[in-house]
Amino acid sequence: MPSMPGTGNQQAMGEDADIKGAFSSLAGYLGAMKWPVIIAVVFSFAGAILNLMGPSRLGEVTDLITAGLTGDVDIAAIEAIAWVLVGLYVGGLILNYAQGFIMATVSQRISQNMRRDISEKIDRLPLRYLDSHPTGDTLSRVTNDVDTVGQTMNQSLSTLVSSICQLVGALILMLATNVLMTVAGVVATIIGVVLVIGLVKKSQPHFTAQQEELGDINGQVEEIYDGLDVVRTHNGEDSAQRRFHATNDRLYEAAWKSSFLSGLNMPIMIFIGNLSYVAVCVTGAVLAMSGQIEFGVIVSFMLYIRLFTQPLQNISQAATSVQSMAAACQRVFDFLAEDEVADESDKTERIEKVEGRVTFHHVKFGYEPDRTIINDFTATAQPGQKVAIVGPTGAGKTTIVNLLERFYEVDEGRITLDGKSTLEVPRADVRNQFGMVLQDTWIFEGTLRENLVFDTEGVTDDKLDEACEACGLTGYVDSLPDRYDTKIDDSSAMSAGQRQLITIARAMLKDAPLLILDEATSSVDTRTELKVQKAMDTLMEGRTSFVIAHRLSTIRDADMILVMEHGDIVEKGDHEELLAKGGAYAKLYNSQFDESDAA
Amino acid sequence: MLKVLRYLDRKQWGQVAAALVFIVVQVWLDLTLPDYMSEITTLVETPGSEMSEILVQGGLMLACAVGSMAASCVVAYYAARVGAGLSRTLRGKVFDKTLELSKGDVEHFSTASLVTRSTNDITQIQSLIVMGLQAIVKAPIMAVWAVCKIWNKGWQWSAATAVAVFVVICMLAITLIVAVPRFRSIQGLTDRLNTLCREHLVGIRPVHAYNAEDYEQARFADANTEITNNNLVANRTMAMMSPGMTFVNSALTLAVYWIGAYMISAAGMDSRLTIFSDMVVFSNYAMNVIMAFVLLNMVFILLPRAQVSARRVCEVIDTASSVTDGKGADVAEEDKGTIEFRDVSFSYPDGGGHVLSHVSFTAEKGSYVAFIGATGSGKTSLVQLVDRLYDATEGEVLVDGIDVRDYELADLHDRIGYIPQSATLFSGTVESNIAYGEAAQPCTDDDVTNALEIGQASDFVEAMGGISAQIDQGGRNVSGGQRQRLAISRAIARKPETLVFDDSFSALDYATDRALRGALEERCAGTTRLVVAQRIGTIRDADKIIVLDQGRVVGQGTHDELMKTCETYQEIATSQLSKEELENA
Repeated sequence: MPSMPGTGNQQAMGEDADIKGAFSSLAGYLGAMKWPVIIAVVFSFAGAILNLMGPSRLGEVTDLITAGLTGDVDIAAIEAIAWVLVGLYVGGLILNYAQGFIMATVSQRISQNMRRDISEKIDRLPLRYLDSHPTGDTLSRVTNDVDTVGQTMNQSLSTLVSSICQLVGALILMLATNVLMTVAGVVATIIGVVLVIGLVKKSQPHFTAQQEELGDINGQVEEIYDGLDVVRTHNGEDSAQRRFHATNDRLYEAAWKSSFLSGLNMPIMIFIGNLSYVAVCVTGAVLAMSGQIEFGVIVSFMLYIRLFTQPLQNISQAATSVQSMAAACQRVFDFLAEDEVADESDKTERIEKVEGRVTFHHVKFGYEPDRTIINDFTATAQPGQKVAIVGPTGAGKTTIVNLLERFYEVDEGRITLDGKSTLEVPRADVRNQFGMVLQDTWIFEGTLRENLVFDTEGVTDDKLDEACEACGLTGYVDSLPDRYDTKIDDSSAMSAGQRQLITIARAMLKDAPLLILDEATSSVDTRTELKVQKAMDTLMEGRTSFVIAHRLSTIRDADMILVMEHGDIVEKGDHEELLAKGGAYAKLYNSQFDESDAA
Repeated sequence: MLKVLRYLDRKQWGQVAAALVFIVVQVWLDLTLPDYMSEITTLVETPGSEMSEILVQGGLMLACAVGSMAASCVVAYYAARVGAGLSRTLRGKVFDKTLELSKGDVEHFSTASLVTRSTNDITQIQSLIVMGLQAIVKAPIMAVWAVCKIWNKGWQWSAATAVAVFVVICMLAITLIVAVPRFRSIQGLTDRLNTLCREHLVGIRPVHAYNAEDYEQARFADANTEITNNNLVANRTMAMMSPGMTFVNSALTLAVYWIGAYMISAAGMDSRLTIFSDMVVFSNYAMNVIMAFVLLNMVFILLPRAQVSARRVCEVIDTASSVTDGKGADVAEEDKGTIEFRDVSFSYPDGGGHVLSHVSFTAEKGSYVAFIGATGSGKTSLVQLVDRLYDATEGEVLVDGIDVRDYELADLHDRIGYIPQSATLFSGTVESNIAYGEAAQPCTDDDVTNALEIGQASDFVEAMGGISAQIDQGGRNVSGGQRQRLAISRAIARKPETLVFDDSFSALDYATDRALRGALEERCAGTTRLVVAQRIGTIRDADKIIVLDQGRVVGQGTHDELMKTCETYQEIATSQLSKEELENA
């Protein structure tokens, strides 16, 4: 197998401890497929033995021919051995393929399970983790890392198993045939292997450098392409180019060096093969001339030594990929080992459909343990009331949503629904009580029906029509080629307003007694905005609702207004009260009316 | 694929040529090696040979091995140089071209795709070049040469080799036909997994809120099963390769010996030894022929992907920018700071109808002109024409009395300070962001401080630790409103004649919005301002408000005038402010 020089699988890492750790975690996955793996190893071993039995038989053939050089060739004997050989080779082929087939299956199933486990893990992770880690990082674990693990396992594990079997077997057979020639061959091989190890050590820094420069250049490309408008309009091309080309030159240096060094691996391994070949030939020739061995021994040895050095080439290649697999495994298992939200299967309390009284009892909360942002907050919303949350951008208005839905847990105090603490019941029960419409409208790839119904059960077409009618979506639905069954996705030609309306209809279909609305209409044009506002009003009827308000004019009728600043709730009351108070709310409210107040 | 080769420079072609020479040397040495083996065989079998002769032959054989290794190391060196060099050239070219492309061209490719083309695609090409120089070139030379060497040694053996080669080709064909298409669809399915996982992560709040975890898992499981099934077919087929090759190699050796036994038995006594040593050598050559095909196989697996990548890279490099430098312009002093649209119509290059139709207006030096209208009314498109992010389809856009297409782009960009809708910051410091790019005059420390003050960013920059505070990539470590203020300050620091705000105020709260406009009025009095806005509050005090509806100007005037005359404007105003609030003002 030729090696793959270039930028493929050489990543900079490689503490033995990492590899051990990764393998012990991987053992868990392999354990589930214990029997196939054991069978594969047995096949691999048997296949190696069959492959090894070949050369001595071929040696016998050679001896018979050599004997024939000076007399009659014993064709019958040769044919008998040859047929045995055919049997051995065919058997080897079947066993080795069966082994490869099983390993391909095992490694793909393991990849599948890993992907599933990561995906399920996402649901069990606290939002705290997800909010603080880039999406791209988790994504690359699901795809890149799992792929690396799968591919390496597929190629390397089976190669390693059969190579080691072959290596050991060849050594035993060589020793059994002739000790002196074995020593000659092995010494030559060891010299070569020492060379390669030295080379690998020397090349490691270049691989590290290459990965780093590659990371740097990817970062620059992403950054500059994302901000292309700014680069262009601010004449930033020159500085961007200077920086890019400097990195590109450094990358070139690191890339050709690491590519070159990894390219050396193969010729050196071939040389080791040739070197031991020569060593065996010369030693063999010397011995044959002095009459100590038959020529057939040399022929067998020429093949044995190939069988001995060839697995070495495979092993050296597998070793590099195993290193990158260890790193990928590490990333997968690190993710799987992240702390999860507390298990709630022992909670026996349940809430069915609540009436809608929501109370905050002395709630304390902070995103970081040493920075409490909500101090001792107490308030009650009666069934059917409208609670508005206002404040400047970045004041932490979504904190309330995070706590109500138990995306984050309160540090102290509690939130009760109809008098029952949300902490005493499973999260799923709490979340069943809420309908939610967020500023970031979430549309997934699927049909419109799937997007509207989502996970709600028992939604008939009549109900769909009704909800769409109430949200003013009927016209949009009719305009689609397959109505509800039209495929839509995040990039579909949908206006921001339509997207918002879809999420409102989705919440309407869920028909939960409590409601959370992020009334974000800044990206929606005026006419659609009226529609969205109307749909939201319909949705709020008869439900206790929490509204994150962006435009103060829409919440003047709220039963309670919570004013937030710097993450904390600084004021609480209705419109008139707060205005009279002349505090933060009054300031915020008045700032809408520009020049008139020269405060 | 061949197309990218034209980006090799003369030195690299030299390296390619050198690599070729060394490949030939290497193949020659590899194929000479068995000759010595044959010599040794003869010597051993000939009674009375000298020990020293065998050692000499062994030494020569070793020398061949060393020479072959040295030659392949040299080849590896040149291949690495050429591969890395070409990828450097291509990467640089794609990057430079992307900077040069107009906004429309970039949108045609999509930013994400350009990123992949600049990185991953080029890596693919590099791998192929490195592999290719060593394998594509070597394999045929090796195959042909080895075949020549053994051609006249016995047709029976040659026939056996031909059969073996045929079997190998069949195996390659099967893998190519079965596995390669699967690998292609795996590419697409990986995208699908990515999409699902991204949706899940981005929508984690709705998913939890709807208790839809199982629903999401089911969706993911479907895609996961599909990709696994494809992978199983592809990998199970590929698993055939290695045992198959071992089998062919062993079987061929056996066949050569088997046939050899018959040939020797049929031959006369005197020619038997020659046939015997030929046989030993032949089996070695035959393996070389098979190896050559294995090498080619590797290339066939890499080639389809690299070909796609090469096409994608060339596509970018070969695109001519649709917005290019003009011949340069002399601006009359009295026209400085004016903007004029003369009957401008515009439609996006990728089709669709007119986004702007027959728009005309003028902005005097130092005036404050605002644009308002529903989403899709063409506000953003309009202001993007000023800085030539796009070119008008019909009509003229005049800056300082001269058509924008006559300016050199850098000169035009110096005159216009454009603040895009999404405020992008670059990794670095506050200072490096504010002093970003090249302006007509270099940006001093005072300019930075000044710009931060006007942009209402001084307070939070102070809290961050001053202008040397770190900014993460994309400005992730500051809030949306803060990012917007920094982006505004950045444009102000360039001291342009005209500032263009493309909806830059929407992320600001009302108080900051007002303070910023006050500061602009006061400290940038001579600067013309074009402002796209959503909020009536933001634009009430503008000198001129232009109301757009579906790409047409439906009203022009001050707030009070428009409240009386323009229906669209009234509609927008009443939807945002209650009657009482409007009168209150």
